[in-house]
Amino acid sequence: MLAIIVILLGAPVAAALVSLRAPLAVAQAVTAATGALCFALVLALVPAASHHDLGYLSYLRIDAVSVVFLLATSFLYAAVAVYSVGYLPRDSRSPGFTRYYRRFYAGLNLFAWSMLAAPMMSSLALLWIAIEVTTVISALLVAIADTDGAAEAAWKYVLIASAGLGLALLATIFAYYAGAQVLGEHYNLAFGPLLHAGARLPHAPVRLAFGLAVLGFGTKMGLFPVHTWLPDAHSEAPTPVSALLSGSLLAVSFYAILRYYQVAVAALGPRFPRDVLLVFGVASLLLAALYLLDQRDYKRLLAYSSVEHMGILAIGVSFGAPIALAGVLLHVLAHAAAKGNAFMGAGVLVRKFGSKRISAVRGGLDLLPWSGPLFLLAVFALSAMPPFGIFRSEFEIVQGGFAASSDAGAAVLIVLVTLAFLGLSAAANRMLFMPADADAAARYSRGEPSAWMVVPVAAGIVVLLVLGVHPPAELTGLLTRAAALLGRVA
Amino acid sequence: MAAVAAPSVFAGAANVISVGVLLAEFGMFRQALLRDQVRLYAAQSGLISVLAIVVAAARHLPELYVLAALSAGLKLVIVPLVLRRLLRGAGEASPGEGWSDIAGTGALSLASTVLLAIGVAAFGFFSIGALGIRSPVLPLTALAISVSVALVAFVLMIMRRDVASQAIGFLSLENGISLTALVVAAGLPLILEVAFLFDLLVVVVVFGLLIRVHHGRAESLSTADLTSLRG
Repeated sequence: MLAIIVILLGAPVAAALVSLRAPLAVAQAVTAATGALCFALVLALVPAASHHDLGYLSYLRIDAVSVVFLLATSFLYAAVAVYSVGYLPRDSRSPGFTRYYRRFYAGLNLFAWSMLAAPMMSSLALLWIAIEVTTVISALLVAIADTDGAAEAAWKYVLIASAGLGLALLATIFAYYAGAQVLGEHYNLAFGPLLHAGARLPHAPVRLAFGLAVLGFGTKMGLFPVHTWLPDAHSEAPTPVSALLSGSLLAVSFYAILRYYQVAVAALGPRFPRDVLLVFGVASLLLAALYLLDQRDYKRLLAYSSVEHMGILAIGVSFGAPIALAGVLLHVLAHAAAKGNAFMGAGVLVRKFGSKRISAVRGGLDLLPWSGPLFLLAVFALSAMPPFGIFRSEFEIVQGGFAASSDAGAAVLIVLVTLAFLGLSAAANRMLFMPADADAAARYSRGEPSAWMVVPVAAGIVVLLVLGVHPPAELTGLLTRAAALLGRVA
Repeated sequence: MAAVAAPSVFAGAANVISVGVLLAEFGMFRQALLRDQVRLYAAQSGLISVLAIVVAAARHLPELYVLAALSAGLKLVIVPLVLRRLLRGAGEASPGEGWSDIAGTGALSLASTVLLAIGVAAFGFFSIGALGIRSPVLPLTALAISVSVALVAFVLMIMRRDVASQAIGFLSLENGISLTALVVAAGLPLILEVAFLFDLLVVVVVFGLLIRVHHGRAESLSTADLTSLRG
């Protein structure tokens, strides 16, 4: 197992170094191979993590919760690595293209590396550092397009996310203070002993640390009211980066909040942490549902859909019932696949129509024989339509809400998710079903920009179907154990 | 009437240095030159290193000497050098700018901003007492002041409309957090402190690079043009 973890931490860095020097085809092949390798290695971790926690070298700790997030990241890493082969034009003659693709591939691999590293860290301090590293690398990737919009989005992102992580650092320090009261001055912020100390931890610092962690890491997760960087960065980043930001980075920040949630529940009992998450979750879901109704830019539309889904995750945890927690973890996986698919489909639309405006895209279903239907399916999946994975996960979350007697919370969730569905489906309807006018129909020929941009999206749909119709027994075992870990109450 | 014991020399020194850190934060509101802004940040960082040395000597925590030295080396020497190097390039693109164009970028007048910051600082100062946190190494006044510094840094980031002051605001927020860490987490293992400092260095480089990108496109450090992404 240690070998798997060492390769998971080493291979993306090696791929990044190769990408800095290699020709484009080599960088693409190495990145795609590394992405696929990482996904396969994480799959190999599933059986062990479903039964016991793994700890190595005192800095690494992997349990079932970590592996859920590793699965989401490594799947998207592999998908966008393949997608990028079609996304970057191989025959580009533009000056500076060599520098661009080298930076792009090095950044993409390092970004994936930092997101794979975060859930493996054994200590809250190292977790904070890993998440800070995800910020700086992804901010540079947002700026890579070198346009006015990209520069603006990157600046807002790095400033707001860093300020949020400043609060998260304060949370880390107060968590140390709480731990040191029980475990002694030489406590090193390791997560396991802190959780074990549980009810012996002083309440006020734990409460403060949890509040600051939700606000701080919530900034990166996209929770209201600290989500403001998110639509800008997601819409201005290159499409493969948008897919990783939305499907994986937000989830990694949610992972950090889950760790603080576990400590808070162990020390304070479930009431306070669940109430905090319910307030942030409902506010985020409400804001996103309203913004989804009136969007003009389809990448921003998908970004607000991410805020919606992060709100659903927070509400799901606040319900606390085991079925809701299992639903939340399944939702992390299904959202990664669905949102990755939607952004990759949006990237094809941008390539085809040369615009991110919803009004500029018409007749998508006719002009894109594969990507059109696949984008439609991704929107259906995001809207929690059966038979896709998000239907199952949201069903479990709502079921958990009723099981935990949070009827009002479950009802609000259903109403707001329906509102969000209206916004998403109306925009998709306009882009895909409304026929192109004669002028546009003459300008765009029917066909796909690249088969490389279709294959990973098709794979994503297969994953969503598997998650929705019949999740494998190993995965169900993993989710059950992870939900049990999250549901432990002092 | 109960007699109030005078604070010890150590407590007095710690409180005076902490107040110095807060005053430096307030000083950042009025700086008109980026160079002076960076110098004030370096001075604030220097005060925190001095406080770390005072704590190391008084409380016999030798690791804090190392932390103070590393922190001073990074924040007094390397960060100003990196910022100067990255922003000098920006200044050359339009002579005279880059170092001098951050005056008057406040969203409110200076007086209103300072009043707001005083209110925020007072909130931070008094609210921390309610938490019942006890520190073995420093008086709690230092903790209250550190929270005030962090909150005032947020006011600086929000109220100044130039990318350089916003970056300095973030760095001084980190100084406030360092002060908090000194009060409640003086025993944090050195390796983690070093990792945090290294991380700060990476962040400074990225901030510098993005300021350069912004300056290259907008030919100014002002954020007035950063309004195209809405909704």
